[in-house]
Amino acid sequence: MFSDFSAAELSAIFAMQGFAGLILFAVFVLMALGLAIIFGQMGVINMAHGEFMILGAYVTYMTSNLFASHFPQLFGSYFLFAIVFAFFAAALLGALVEWSMIRFLYHRPLDTLLATWGLSLIMQQTYRSIFGAREVGVVIPDWLMGSYQLTDMIEVPINGLFVMALAVLATLFVAALMYRSRWGKQVRAVVQNRPMAGAVGINTARVDRLTFALGCGIAGVAGSAFTMIGSTGPSSGQLYIVDTFLVVVFGGAGSLLGTVASAFSISQSQSILEFFMGGSMAKVLTLLVVVIILMFRPQGLFSLKVRR
Amino acid sequence: MDHSNDSRPFKQTRRKFLSTTVTAITAAVMMASMPMAVQAAAPATAEVNTTGLAVTDNTVKVGILHSITGTMAISEEGSVQAEILAIEQINAMGGVLGRKIEYIQEDGASDWPTFADRSNKLLRQDKVAAVFGCWTSASRKAVLPIFERYNGMLYYPTFYEGLEQSPNVIYTGQEATQQVLAGLDWVAEDKGAKTFYLIGSDYIWPRTSNKIARTHIEQHLGGQVVGEDYFPLGHTSFNSVINRIRLRKPDVIFASVVGGSNVAFYRQLKAAGLDMTKEDFSLLTISVTEDEILGIGGENIEGAYASMKYFQSLPNENNEAFVKAFKERWGADAVIGDVTQAAYLGPWLWKAAVEAAGSFDVDRVRAASPDIELNTAPEGYVRIHENHHLWSKGRIGHAQRNGQFKVVHETEELMEPDPFPAGYQ
Repeated sequence: MFSDFSAAELSAIFAMQGFAGLILFAVFVLMALGLAIIFGQMGVINMAHGEFMILGAYVTYMTSNLFASHFPQLFGSYFLFAIVFAFFAAALLGALVEWSMIRFLYHRPLDTLLATWGLSLIMQQTYRSIFGAREVGVVIPDWLMGSYQLTDMIEVPINGLFVMALAVLATLFVAALMYRSRWGKQVRAVVQNRPMAGAVGINTARVDRLTFALGCGIAGVAGSAFTMIGSTGPSSGQLYIVDTFLVVVFGGAGSLLGTVASAFSISQSQSILEFFMGGSMAKVLTLLVVVIILMFRPQGLFSLKVRR
Repeated sequence: MDHSNDSRPFKQTRRKFLSTTVTAITAAVMMASMPMAVQAAAPATAEVNTTGLAVTDNTVKVGILHSITGTMAISEEGSVQAEILAIEQINAMGGVLGRKIEYIQEDGASDWPTFADRSNKLLRQDKVAAVFGCWTSASRKAVLPIFERYNGMLYYPTFYEGLEQSPNVIYTGQEATQQVLAGLDWVAEDKGAKTFYLIGSDYIWPRTSNKIARTHIEQHLGGQVVGEDYFPLGHTSFNSVINRIRLRKPDVIFASVVGGSNVAFYRQLKAAGLDMTKEDFSLLTISVTEDEILGIGGENIEGAYASMKYFQSLPNENNEAFVKAFKERWGADAVIGDVTQAAYLGPWLWKAAVEAAGSFDVDRVRAASPDIELNTAPEGYVRIHENHHLWSKGRIGHAQRNGQFKVVHETEELMEPDPFPAGYQ
């Protein structure tokens, strides 16, 4: 397969392939970060995670329309506003959902699965009623499209670089919040021992609500970023949900580092396998390896030592 | 099961076509000249309906069965709109055999058992004379046994993989060879393409189409397939395969990626710097219509070629009238893709067959269907083949930035539908 190519061509292809893997890594991190908080910290199996992402995507779509009609001179920078709007829209909805539904189900994790699955169907149909069944085309500002010419032969997609930067920022933000802030300390205390945390004066209900809202908000940011690389339609969220759970479960619930490590290993193996053997086989092999590893390490790559 | 060599699974009785046509024409002339006497001129219900269908002295019921909720609603919405428009237009002209069409719309909900259940209801409870519906092959396969068992008539609009020929289905879209061969012949001749990269979603339609494509490229065009890749439905990362394509340097990418993956594929192709507006890089798709471009964005797919039988921009009088009527009915923003037009043909073909048969009875409509022709189709002229598919022309469109296609080629002759292509399987 490589015999007809010069060394320069090959190294260019491999460099671009390396970037492809990194971009997929960033996509996985963004997808999984919100769920890692919700599933990892709170134990809620949120099947509507994809729909929260798509909420972010639709907010981006509306922001782009708003800027196109009212502030056309600022259109190039609408994306930055859209990300912020997407975060708050998804977080607000998340807080509402937690207050109206999730908080009654904390002791019944399997019921959260069913309830959030129902929620995801409701959200999908709501999008369909509001925005129509067809996919909407989000217009991306010119500076985010196209590719960056690194050398003569190496081209890197700019939207990929943007997603990478966003993934790094979001991860640092969550890490700082979890491990450097007072609120993060409270979250970790609640995860480790809910009754004791309550006993020392932590408002566990409020912590739960904020944690859920934060997870949903980050899903919204991810959805906003994915308008550049994927589709925005009522059921597009379904495209991401399986990979998202795969990353979180494989990484070990409750561990931010585990999520990042898992996203890295899955994305790299998938991207490399895809290059050599095509999409479907790559997926099969990746899943097979994940299943085998989980057989020997059911708790995932990294796990939190918690007294149960 | 292989039907390619045995005789057709249903008997084809060519009825007195000429005399029924004359009757129909006479009836039409009478209706036109005496609009107030339409009711009186209509043949008696007992004559035109001997099998207990939902036909009264002035109405006839038909079914519309598409997904209006769930994943497939994206694609099926246009078909529903086209079918309703056609029915309303037919009614405005006086209906069929003097009877207004009433439609019962059911939701398949993107779920194949629901499709089966709803078709059961339409045929057995509502006793509809015909059903216009289904989109995916999976939904068609789910309702097929029910249509065959209760002798219903389904008008199926989607371009599909072929390998099927039911006495109870009229296929108004293209089967695979019509789409694939027209596209490949053009790209080989006009662009001088020699090397091809086949890429598709991983299910029966892309795989069958690519099998036909590969055979045609290798055995008839003297070309070479340098890669063939499939991706799970809903796959959203294509950067690796884009690098693979760079490495193999094909003259043409032959794409049959569907659904949400489509958007990801073209957006990432554009972002990777593979510019389809340049001369040295072409892409031929059989899965992107004006509908899909809404989600992909015209700027991301500008320059690609699509092999279809219909484009919204087709310059002919029928189509201009159709596009105008469609926009008046469904809003000025409405776009019309290949399948939407094929769905629009369904009620018209059924009307023509009913009038030729002089009856709503499914057996008689079926017998009258072969050689029914439509001069008023937006795509031009179509005719029903004995195998229940349509003779129609293949066309190549060049995607424009505004989301429309410019028609750059049209086959000279009507292409014969061949759902069981010998030598291609």
